Amino acid sequence: MTDRPLKVLIAKPGLDGHDRGAKVLARGLRDEGFEVVYTGLRQTPEMVVTAALQEDVDVVGLSILSGAHMTLVPRICSLLREKGMDDVLIVVGGIIPDDDVPGLKESGVAAVFGPGTTIGDVADFIRANARSRD
Amino acid sequence: MPAETPADRANDLCDRALAGDRHALARLLTAVENRTPVAETALRRLYPAAGHAQLVGITGPPGAGKSTLVAALIAELRRAGRPVAVVAVDPSSPITGGAVLGDRVRMQSYAADDGVFIRSMASRGHAGGLSSATSAAAAVFDAAGFDIVLIETVGTGQSEVEVAATADTTVVVEAPEMGDEIQAIKAGLLEVADLIVVNKGDRPGAHRTAGQLHAMLADTPREIRPGRPMPKHPEVLVTIAATGSGVPELLAALDRHRATLTGTDGESSRLARAEAQVWAVLSDRLHDRARSIEAAPLAESLLRAVASHELDPYAAADRLLGLMAGGGEAGAGRL
Repeated sequence: MTDRPLKVLIAKPGLDGHDRGAKVLARGLRDEGFEVVYTGLRQTPEMVVTAALQEDVDVVGLSILSGAHMTLVPRICSLLREKGMDDVLIVVGGIIPDDDVPGLKESGVAAVFGPGTTIGDVADFIRANARSRD
Repeated sequence: MPAETPADRANDLCDRALAGDRHALARLLTAVENRTPVAETALRRLYPAAGHAQLVGITGPPGAGKSTLVAALIAELRRAGRPVAVVAVDPSSPITGGAVLGDRVRMQSYAADDGVFIRSMASRGHAGGLSSATSAAAAVFDAAGFDIVLIETVGTGQSEVEVAATADTTVVVEAPEMGDEIQAIKAGLLEVADLIVVNKGDRPGAHRTAGQLHAMLADTPREIRPGRPMPKHPEVLVTIAATGSGVPELLAALDRHRATLTGTDGESSRLARAEAQVWAVLSDRLHDRARSIEAAPLAESLLRAVASHELDPYAAADRLLGLMAGGGEAGAGRL
């Protein structure tokens, strides 16, 4: 049905242990009416992609505060494409230097949300850009 | 290559899912969950291929350790080389429709293992501990060749017994100190258990709780009374899901129960499931037809008459049923 909730994966790839932001976002997106799959800390790119595939999500949200985004994000994007999930909207949040944003977008990220972003900003962006399938 | 009609798409997804394509399987589950036109064609095709898996319901109160126990069972099953699928249900918000599906957090170690498939589902307003599509999702996994499907309910209380009609084997997970012997003999959830697991077995009181449950539910005389429903005598086990302690014994108990399913016990549970499935589809179809374009003008005038107390709700429902029975074109083709 067209009014079914969009399904969003919130994942924390890499080794930093700061998941408060990801949890607050998961809860905030729940309140915005999304179905949010939360995978927890210290996810490998393969774990993120397997979860996205099995859950058949519309959106993959990656929270990274460790500085490893230029390694982890392109890997996740290419694995998603490899698995046929090229229509999934990919967004990134965390501490991402402005200089890195064009590179991330080139690898397939639709938006990068830095500190100060509101939950409403993220929700509006997802609603406007996620491709509702089936 | 995109298929044209929902039926083509359903057949394409089924072909691929049955051949082991996990992405196609995931898309099928989405169709089933969203009750799209693809879902009905797919389920009709897959249903004859299902019926071989053991569907295991895992239920119990929030925080008792259901997800951790499921993760421990996955580990045990994979050690034995058995493929396993999981349907994990978490509640939808009654206010916004949103949900946080957090059961995967404890099950993420199997990313590279094709023998494990975990799918989270929001309950989407369905009461009873499951979502309305849980049973159909389990059938899809069954048809796709998974030998065992673990169905984890939302956290439940005393009376969410729907899982027992969906599963072949129902496991009720309790935490230590869940209550006294009076709690153990109350009607409801504990009555539908084929196995009871007292998890967090390293906590104080775990063995006392298990002993009380065993005394009240398993250790009671089993008197056969013709014509009366036969109460279950569940085995009571103690586990520490976080370390895996007691989990091999749990899997052995699941296998023992599975062996009983070919007999008359199993037949009545299969019949109960068939009944629940057919009745659910029938009720959906009646709803659809009562709300169809053909029925809309009559329905609206009937609703107005009921609202103004000129007509009672029973008479209104009977008239709508009458329209459907004599309904001619109005949906007859759909059946």
